[in-house]
Amino acid sequence: MTTADYDQASLPDLLPLYYRRLFPFSQYHRWLNYGGVTKNYFQNREFSFTLKDDIYVRYQSFSTQNELEKEMQKMNPYKIDIGAVYSHRPNQHNTVKSGSFQALEKELVFDIDMTDYDDVRSCCSGADICPKCWTLMTIAIRILDRALRDDFGFRHCLWVYSGRRGVHCWVCDEAARKLSVVARSAVAEYLSLVKGGDETVRKVVLSDPIHPFITESLTVVERYFSQYALLGQDILGSKEAVDKVLALLPEDILFLCYFQTEKNPEMRWDTLRSMAQDKRTTAKKGHYFEMEIMLQYCYPRLDVNVSKGVNHLLKSPFSVHPKTGRISVPIDLRELDRFDPFEVPTISLICEELDQPKTEEEQEDTMENENKKEAGERRKMRDYKRTSLAKYVKLFDNFLEGMAHSRKGEVLKNSQKHFPPPECQNETFDRPMYQCL
Amino acid sequence: MPNRCLASSSRTMQFYSRRKKLIGNSQTEQLYGHCLQFYGQPPIENISLSEFETFAVDRLKLLKTVENLGVSYVKTSELYTKKLDSTKDDRKPQTGPSEYEKRRKDHISHFILRLAYCQTEDLRRWFIQQEIDLFRYRFNHLPSKNIREFLQYNNLHYHTISIDKKKNLMDKLVTSSFAVSGSTVDCQDFYKVPFQDALDLVRTRKVYLNGGYVYIPHQDIVTIVLNDFRTRLSKALALTARSLPAVQSDERLQPLLNHLSHAYVGQDYSIQKSIGKISLEQIDPLSAKSYPLCMRQLHRGLRDSHHLRHGGRMQYGLFLKGIGLTLDQALQFWRSEFVKGKVDADKFDKAYAYSIRHMFGKEGKRTDYTPYSCMKVILSNPPSQGDQHGCPFRHSDPELLKQKLQSYKVSPSGISQILELVKGMHYQLACQKYFELTHSVRTDSGFSLNHPNQYFMESQKLLGGPGAGVKVEVKREDNPATKPPNPIKNTVGGVSSALFNQSSKC
Repeated sequence: MTTADYDQASLPDLLPLYYRRLFPFSQYHRWLNYGGVTKNYFQNREFSFTLKDDIYVRYQSFSTQNELEKEMQKMNPYKIDIGAVYSHRPNQHNTVKSGSFQALEKELVFDIDMTDYDDVRSCCSGADICPKCWTLMTIAIRILDRALRDDFGFRHCLWVYSGRRGVHCWVCDEAARKLSVVARSAVAEYLSLVKGGDETVRKVVLSDPIHPFITESLTVVERYFSQYALLGQDILGSKEAVDKVLALLPEDILFLCYFQTEKNPEMRWDTLRSMAQDKRTTAKKGHYFEMEIMLQYCYPRLDVNVSKGVNHLLKSPFSVHPKTGRISVPIDLRELDRFDPFEVPTISLICEELDQPKTEEEQEDTMENENKKEAGERRKMRDYKRTSLAKYVKLFDNFLEGMAHSRKGEVLKNSQKHFPPPECQNETFDRPMYQCL
Repeated sequence: MPNRCLASSSRTMQFYSRRKKLIGNSQTEQLYGHCLQFYGQPPIENISLSEFETFAVDRLKLLKTVENLGVSYVKTSELYTKKLDSTKDDRKPQTGPSEYEKRRKDHISHFILRLAYCQTEDLRRWFIQQEIDLFRYRFNHLPSKNIREFLQYNNLHYHTISIDKKKNLMDKLVTSSFAVSGSTVDCQDFYKVPFQDALDLVRTRKVYLNGGYVYIPHQDIVTIVLNDFRTRLSKALALTARSLPAVQSDERLQPLLNHLSHAYVGQDYSIQKSIGKISLEQIDPLSAKSYPLCMRQLHRGLRDSHHLRHGGRMQYGLFLKGIGLTLDQALQFWRSEFVKGKVDADKFDKAYAYSIRHMFGKEGKRTDYTPYSCMKVILSNPPSQGDQHGCPFRHSDPELLKQKLQSYKVSPSGISQILELVKGMHYQLACQKYFELTHSVRTDSGFSLNHPNQYFMESQKLLGGPGAGVKVEVKREDNPATKPPNPIKNTVGGVSSALFNQSSKC
């Protein structure tokens, strides 16, 4: 069984169940508390809820995990967004002297939306996605995750399926959370290669020297290009598609005559490629049009505005997508190529799974733990584990473990400042357990 | 002169009245151990009011020089450097100030000017810009050993990478930046800088980035350091502004600080070389030929209504003194005009004559007031309904200004040029354009308009009139015409242009 039928109308019935028995509050709080290192970090965090009938409430904040749970169970939000950590409790912002209420920190976030690729995907458009174009997300995650880790040195990046047509990235490193607006904008610009809107035909322009970041990104694109673009999207198949590609080439390259005889897209691409390389060796200026084409068709397109603002609100992990019913679940980067957005559990599925009779294994487990924990907690722990949500919560746990480990490492490092340990590599010390590509 | 005290501006305001604080040698060594500093610590000592004033004015003159040169020359070019070099005090320590004294003056004067320039966004921007340019010039003069010391001393954790590491990264370094070649990597030190300190390079992907650090050749480390300097100074000025009310309540300092931020340090036209050379009959034709627009407007207003309000009397009266009228001539001039109006001779003598004598320093404090500079006219005392003073380019409605220029027979294309400048808030340039159009000349880079009396004198020189006077030596540095600058971009040397120029020239 993969997906139970989801109907938006049933949300009012499903949400209470979800928030009472399935939503991973403990892990959620553990995340946003960040080890309790900074005072009031959780308390000063803004949440916003979209309630039934599109009622939107901002500046929600909570003192404890318990309070968060109670409120969410009371309000049963359709959508949850996470905002910044402010200077004061957001739910008291009206009592603060104007000008003093400031957004201080927030994770560095990225939002990749499939609709931004409409001009280069032929299989779907708008809010639709399919296995063919989903590869774009795979490519985006690989490229950006590598850059965030290797180039910027960030270690704790949580990639989350948005629930419908894209992915989000939450960079949770302390250094990332403390970045200014200017810095966030600079990071986003560094990562941007595709520029221009509807009126721009050639959206990627490369010139000498080719920065190592571009080289690395191209390496990723090349792994997928043949399968995704040449075969899947058939960009050199029909005349219409070919024309679009040729529109990106300088005028003096006459491909059409070659394409009359050669119909195989992969052969066509090889031709194009070798022409480009020839041109590079003969012409004075660097011409990189075959690279520009690959990037224009495949390179991640991110919305700089989402990443820039410290106070920008973004959909929370484990939030439900009202239109599709899918839960915004973390993505396992170790299994990235196998991730299927259509396999992501919906709220109706996991609620249904709750009603399944317990398996033998689980019954044994129950009896063992009965005396150790409170009844309610026990039930909760068992509950999500019985559903398809389990593996995603486990992923989240691994991610949180990685961060906790880093925090310990920092404390140790600071205390060792006066007594440096023998030659040791910090990399292995803090290897994130969550993911590695 | 009794010892006064210097307020430390960057932290809390602390006044040490009558308490001498001796600074030990070790402390001074530490404080002034380097010829270049970030001005992180405010000075904590007592200085006299006169030293306070001298230091401040001298630094202001230096910053104005920096500004002027920055307009005419590329800031890192040899010519620029040579020109700035020539402003240095090259006297030997035996006769001139010692190295320690120079550094101390540099330190103290910077902090005094912070007090004067922290108050508004425009003032801050101007001050930061000149201080940065000055810092860049000095930093580029440091030998590399001193640079390393400087970085260390100021906790800028920019370490150089080893030669081996450089070799390993050679490819990456060269392909990351257009400006970096193989020989750059071989010959220069490369610094490892946290990416947050080099955002412009990161944003444009002009640098090699790895593990959160960018790798920058020595030639570019200046930019990083300057950014740091700018950030620190910007924050400090914001803090200073908050503490300012306490400082301004000290009435010894308040007038000086106000004067500094409106300072015009060029010629003050108080020494009238052409005194007595102008007769009253010449005033009407002179007003049409050689007056700047503001004075022409005032004169017109006076002739038409036989009266001017106080602001107008001050602005015009001092101008007249500047062009060479004697006290007697002035009294005659004003009386003859006022009695044509509602004022009889008696009332004039009682009420208005006193203030005219006051202008000439013959009454009260006997201060010899100086004619207003453009900046003063533009910045202070904006006119209200019924006033005629102020700067027409600044204070007049553009439509009215246009009509006035039309009535003065300025060409339509000239008028639109002027209005463009006004729109861009380049009031003095607009006036300069007016000068050019009414005299049918092009002014070269040597002429930068910042005083109504300067306008008058230059005009008279051109026309060979009596008001030209003997060529007066201008105290500030003029920009010689070595290359013809763009008259629009080449802003005038006064502070007001920098204050009003949103598009700065870097």
